[in-house]
Amino acid sequence: MRNRKTQIVRTTTWSAGPGCHGGCGVLAHIRDGKLVKIEGDREHPWNQGRLCARVLAMTQYVEHPDRLTKPLKRVGERGEGKWQKISWDEAFNLIEKRMKGIREDFGPESMIFSMGTGRDISPWICMLAYAFGSPNVMFALSGNACYSPRIAAVDMIQGDYCVFDAGQWLPNRYDDPRFKVPECMIVWGYNIHATCPDNLFGHWIIDLMKRGTKIISIDPRLSWFASRAKKWLQIRPGTDPALAMGLLHVIINENLFDRKFVEQWTNGPHLIRTDTGKLLRENDLTPEGSADNFVVWDKAGEKPAIWDTAEVAYKETAVEPDLSGPFDIALKDGTVAACGTVWDAFCLEVNKYPLDKVEEVTWVPAKEIAEAARLYARSKPAAIQWGMPIDMTPAITPLCQAIASLWAITGNLEVPGGNVVARSAFDAVAYALPGSTGVIKLKNQEQDRLRIGADRYGPFKKFIWRTQTDLALEQIFTGKPYPIKGMWIQTSNPLSGIGMDPRRWLEALKKLDFIVTVDLFMTPTAQYADVVLPAATFLEKDGVRSWWVPLQTINKAMSVGECKPDVEINFELAKRFDPDLKWKDVRELFDDIIKPSGLNFEQLQKKGWAYPPEGHPSAPYHRHERGLLRADKKPGFQTPTGKFELYSTLREEWGLEPLPHHEEPPFTPVSRPDLSKEFPLILSTGRRSPAYFNAEHRMIPWLRAIDPDPIVEIHPDTASSNGIGNGEWVWIENWMGRAKFKAKLTRVVPRWMVMAAHGWWFPEKEGAEPSLYGTWESNINLLLPMNAQGKDGLGSPIKHSMCRIYKVGGKEE
Amino acid sequence: MSEESKHGLLIDYEYCTGCHTCEIACSQEYRWSAGMAGMKVMEIVESLPNDKAYLVYLPFPTELCVLCAARTKKGLEPACVQHCMAACIKYGPVEELAKEMTGKQRMVLFSLR
Repeated sequence: MRNRKTQIVRTTTWSAGPGCHGGCGVLAHIRDGKLVKIEGDREHPWNQGRLCARVLAMTQYVEHPDRLTKPLKRVGERGEGKWQKISWDEAFNLIEKRMKGIREDFGPESMIFSMGTGRDISPWICMLAYAFGSPNVMFALSGNACYSPRIAAVDMIQGDYCVFDAGQWLPNRYDDPRFKVPECMIVWGYNIHATCPDNLFGHWIIDLMKRGTKIISIDPRLSWFASRAKKWLQIRPGTDPALAMGLLHVIINENLFDRKFVEQWTNGPHLIRTDTGKLLRENDLTPEGSADNFVVWDKAGEKPAIWDTAEVAYKETAVEPDLSGPFDIALKDGTVAACGTVWDAFCLEVNKYPLDKVEEVTWVPAKEIAEAARLYARSKPAAIQWGMPIDMTPAITPLCQAIASLWAITGNLEVPGGNVVARSAFDAVAYALPGSTGVIKLKNQEQDRLRIGADRYGPFKKFIWRTQTDLALEQIFTGKPYPIKGMWIQTSNPLSGIGMDPRRWLEALKKLDFIVTVDLFMTPTAQYADVVLPAATFLEKDGVRSWWVPLQTINKAMSVGECKPDVEINFELAKRFDPDLKWKDVRELFDDIIKPSGLNFEQLQKKGWAYPPEGHPSAPYHRHERGLLRADKKPGFQTPTGKFELYSTLREEWGLEPLPHHEEPPFTPVSRPDLSKEFPLILSTGRRSPAYFNAEHRMIPWLRAIDPDPIVEIHPDTASSNGIGNGEWVWIENWMGRAKFKAKLTRVVPRWMVMAAHGWWFPEKEGAEPSLYGTWESNINLLLPMNAQGKDGLGSPIKHSMCRIYKVGGKEE
Repeated sequence: MSEESKHGLLIDYEYCTGCHTCEIACSQEYRWSAGMAGMKVMEIVESLPNDKAYLVYLPFPTELCVLCAARTKKGLEPACVQHCMAACIKYGPVEELAKEMTGKQRMVLFSLR
């Protein structure tokens, strides 16, 4: 007899399905093993019953007729679209044999393990790569330009990453007496309410606005936040560092900063030698002094004092550090060095950005910048939250330094309603995010030696445990310093989404001996695989989510065909590649990850979610004062100096500019006036759609109906002068190529910029070459380069380029 | 006049972000085919003086809206109301909702069957 009773399974979104960074509590209604409905869990503190369109469309996703439900083996040429269904045993055996062959012939590092956006596949892909012995886990975006650059930059100067505070660390959220509503919030290039990237729930900001938070929006588009903002700074894309320096200029020169925080918690008082421009260190003063210790001028003792970084304290007692020089300091060789402070150098740099100059660079009126700076600095507390445009420019690190300095010097770091340190709940870390090591790690440092980019770029030695993507792609062509022979691609589609210059990615794929893709639907990229494995959605698997607070389980509600959860696929192969794998089964792995919480998987599953208690390093606030951020439990930050570093000691070590500053990016009308006659419009891309997570979801009927076509937003005046009408198809073209988009005439974009949607391919079109699901038709990445990463290997000019537009079939064609 | 005829939806369009949750929540609840739902979110870009503009999203109840009678009978909120990401749709007796409107600008009240 069939059981007609509906069973309700409480679980957590993360990974395939909505595609986002997860966290929402949902109730899956299951009848006869099928999903009949999905609803938001009203008791869940994260989303409080709310859900997005992509989760609500899950019934169309899980049972979609085009879901991959059996492993496939390629039987034709690559791209020919000829496949044979095989069993999991056959698939695992084939993959094991081919990958072990590559490992024996060329070394484990010759396999690259490629992933897309930050979901629960990230730990499992690391587990597989590390069990195989390869350090080459790749996030396939040029300049790794999504999130990890921001995290690495903030870790570099602050020791821990931080985000805006919506009380997400506290079960009672906005009602917790410890929480404060930010008076003001800068939303910097962030369309977060569409798709919830960055492991935050976008509409928390709307919750805060309803509770009184005033918005300052920094965006070239009239985004929803810009439209609701108290101040909207309509910035020229790529000039964000200049704007941040302009805001600092106002705040410092109008004395709107928190002097006590700067003196006590930043390296502002540390001395810099005027002759070398570098930090003065204890070993400059005495032969036995440490190069890791720094020097301040003690106002009280009228002499230099030593900041001991091991003790995170001054060597002398009752030191009153002077924030501003100049000072003459006697060195160990008997000479005297003229010195200023870090704060002096920081202010000198900031003073290179008077507002008239900033207006000229950013196109934002000086008056608007000044008013926004005052609003932010006078609001207590105030928060800043930023988005992908921060990563998608080559000077990402100096930009983050400038913005982080804003929240630091205004005293908004680690205060309720400010920018609050975000750590994995209970410090249960599955895998190595920037700046941390997790349960899943390489067996030894020696294995990491060959990671692509680790020898070239500072942040890749210290904070980022991925390959540098641009170098990895090039290495496939050069084979230097060692050949790349195979690629494991898991829920990622570089030909249509994450890959800049996607034709080069295709050439690279064609050069490889062996490719596995793991995905839920056939994609343009999967057409080049040797084996395609069918993955499960979040509803079809157990899992843990320890990405910040709370700690959650994902609970299996159903199965579809022979689809397997990523973790199970990777675990099976990891065991085959490494007989000494630490865990005997997936459950033991989950238990290991969440062990710091004191719960095992089953216990956490019963609870649903768990919040770290007050006093835990992953619970707010004021942790730097309470000795909760550093391993040695001393007050301060986990940076080389123990301070928030206005001047980065690591950047100094890496031979890069230690202070925040603006660099005009490549491919702008300012850096390339020679191109601007032919390509007069600024091209921006990446605007989020609530219907899609990047290159996903185009095959889900309900979602496709919301956003049916690849859209380019054009100002009506610009369209008119180019002879383009609303809804007409246009070519967007530059020196790299062209792509076809449907014109949406709208005043949300300025006259000088067009905004093209990203991630477009057409699952309804022919999959085999040359069509490849139409992936070359409306792919804006055809106009965007690889190999234009920042000096530290991070960031890439994705949010800003140049183009011209003309009608498809018009006279220009 | 039946009890139901007195109910409606109050929409605070200042906070609607255009996420289309209401549409899909409805499509799921009633298994409408793509493009059909008891709500339709409209984008309105208002042109204002001095080259300014204001962006509005307005969820508009369509002929398919039945105010989720089956849900409300069970004490649940209509599917769009519960899931609205911005929590900007409210269900209730029209008279009560009308009173609420007096305290806040940028709201519209839809009377439904």
